[in-house]
Amino acid sequence: MATSGVADRGSTERSSDTKIWNNPTVRGVFWQIVLIVAVLGSAAYLASNAIDNLARQHIASGFGFLNRESGFDISEKLVQYEPSDTYRDAFLVGLLNTFEVAGLGVVLATILGTLIGVARLSPNWLLRKLAQCYVELWRNLPLLLQLFFWYALLHVAAPGPRDAWNPLPDVFISNRGLMFPTPSADPSHKFIWIAFFVGVVASIGLDWWGRKRQEATGKPFPILAASAALIIGLPVLVLLATGAHMTLDKPVMQGFNFAGGSSFSPELTALLIGLVVYTASYIAEIVRSGILAVSHGQTEAAGALGLQRGLVLRLIVLPQALRVIIPPMTSQYLNLTKNSTLAVAIGFPDLVFVAQTQINQTGQAIEGIGIIMATYLAISLSISLLMNIYNARIALKGR
Amino acid sequence: MKRILASAVLTLALGTAATAEAGQTLDNIKSKGVLTCGVNDKTAGFGAADSAGKYAGLDIDVCRAVATAILGSPDKIKFVPLSAPQRFTALQSGEVDILSRNTTWTLGREAQLGLLFGPTVFYDGQGFLVKKSANIKSAKQLSGATVCVQPGTTTELNLADYFRANKLELKPVVIENLDEVENAFFTGRCDAYTTDSSGLASTRVSKAPKPDDYVILPELISKEPLAPAVRQGDDQFYDIMRWSVFALLQAEEKGITSKNVDAMLKSDDPDIKRFLGVTEGNGKSLGVDEKWAYNIIKNVGNYGEIFERNVGKGSPLKLERGLNDLWTTGGLMYAPPAR
Repeated sequence: MATSGVADRGSTERSSDTKIWNNPTVRGVFWQIVLIVAVLGSAAYLASNAIDNLARQHIASGFGFLNRESGFDISEKLVQYEPSDTYRDAFLVGLLNTFEVAGLGVVLATILGTLIGVARLSPNWLLRKLAQCYVELWRNLPLLLQLFFWYALLHVAAPGPRDAWNPLPDVFISNRGLMFPTPSADPSHKFIWIAFFVGVVASIGLDWWGRKRQEATGKPFPILAASAALIIGLPVLVLLATGAHMTLDKPVMQGFNFAGGSSFSPELTALLIGLVVYTASYIAEIVRSGILAVSHGQTEAAGALGLQRGLVLRLIVLPQALRVIIPPMTSQYLNLTKNSTLAVAIGFPDLVFVAQTQINQTGQAIEGIGIIMATYLAISLSISLLMNIYNARIALKGR
Repeated sequence: MKRILASAVLTLALGTAATAEAGQTLDNIKSKGVLTCGVNDKTAGFGAADSAGKYAGLDIDVCRAVATAILGSPDKIKFVPLSAPQRFTALQSGEVDILSRNTTWTLGREAQLGLLFGPTVFYDGQGFLVKKSANIKSAKQLSGATVCVQPGTTTELNLADYFRANKLELKPVVIENLDEVENAFFTGRCDAYTTDSSGLASTRVSKAPKPDDYVILPELISKEPLAPAVRQGDDQFYDIMRWSVFALLQAEEKGITSKNVDAMLKSDDPDIKRFLGVTEGNGKSLGVDEKWAYNIIKNVGNYGEIFERNVGKGSPLKLERGLNDLWTTGGLMYAPPAR
């Protein structure tokens, strides 16, 4: 029997002889089906259990509350919102506030982090050490603590609105926030926006054409000056052509507070400073490691070709460093976005803040938490997707 | 906050029938030998923990009364400090058995959140605390003012309602942590701080750098009946909670105090005899010890004693009895007959 078994195994008809449960493909599919059924089953069990428990405890469930009047006010809003609007509108206000903080935070943290990261490698001893101190200080303190610090600093150190600091004409800093004038709306302003976008599009086209020409003829094109002229010059020309309708809406002290103009509240400012300063300390290290990852031979070779220091950085080092930098940078962007939920602690009305108020007013915690989780998952996956696309574009192409 | 909320949601999802089965709450309390009570730990006079971690306040004493009725001792309690947004989820999910945390009794909270409120233990109304130097005499002058408020409270909704109704412009600063929101007000981030007027009195006395620099505006903009709450589904536990509070009122009405309760055992008044369990029956009906009311009064005192010691003349808050006086002396406190 034993010998015949060996002979069987060695034969070419092995697959037809083996039992179906010994077939690796079948087994693989079987276990995957088992896993999926187990996961879906547990999810269904948890969901039905939760529904049963809610019904037994007479707790309302479902998303019907989204259409009900919210009844609470939100101090910072990018769109019109009143307490008589619905919970849906309140969630929108919170979501836009989250976008505002995350968007501004990512841009500012990238700029600050890159500067600090480059400074970490500076030949200047003092600058290098200062940048190191910055990183070691802010990276090693808990973010929540930093937020409380900035918030306390902003509303303890700043004066009341009546004694507001006035560093520039019509710009006021007080514990009510930073107030600054903005142009009041005028019908002619839409043409200025159109001119601005035309300028941007024209600059992109010009850049493309300039590269083509440089590749063909070797003549460089002064793209920086040209696009600056287009993007700034065109709107200014339109402004003058439409009759220079430009009046400023200035903040004026009225009763308790400033009216008119625009403002950054202490809550938003503290949150932004906290997130940017904290995340920049990580980004600085990522940038530094990225630059260090480019072999020194590359820099020396570029120098040997006669390239200037700035050009070496721009043309040789950074493009290669970016490949190392982008993946961990994606994580930092995700972290910053998720950390923005700490806004609750200092009273900035982001999405989580609105959801918590909703949870407490309606008592529907599962729905509220579901909304938070779905939204942050969507935001995070979007950021990952965009960064992955960018990463694929700059990655080494295998040839 | 996140931890409690997350565990609460998990309990709702994972928990089998356990937390909601009829009679289960009471059985749980008896088998564990401890009443879990959700409280405030930062509002002096109502619920606050001292430096040694010992809780004191009017809401705390309500918990002690309920624990005494069920377990015979005012100390068989586990206090769980809860923030305003945490409290209902903690109660719904069974993290606490009873919520006694200056909570306003409203229709929505009973009907939507699946709760039952006991008798009102403090009749309150929402007010505003402002700096004296701001020279504000009425809440109607607050248009454009920045107002500090805690989220997820009836306070937040009343504030929006009041400013809407009076066509005033509102700039709320909403912070969850009580210390942080009070700090924001005292450092000048806000022109006014709003909550129940009892809470304002407590904040003014216990947190203000100089209490005399701050005044409470005369307007009360809402009705805030503060009451303890339990989950729906265990009617017997609910009854015990209600009658424990009524016992406090009944004792004050009959002149029974923690000092004279032993002497009162010899009283000839049939009402007092029934109340203190000398004539048996009430305890059996409720499913607790016949001496339940005696134990409560002996250990915790009657409502008047609790009031004076925590928020009245004997406390830093020095609140008047006002609406919280007995019905016999012009207030709203009234207990149904205990028979």
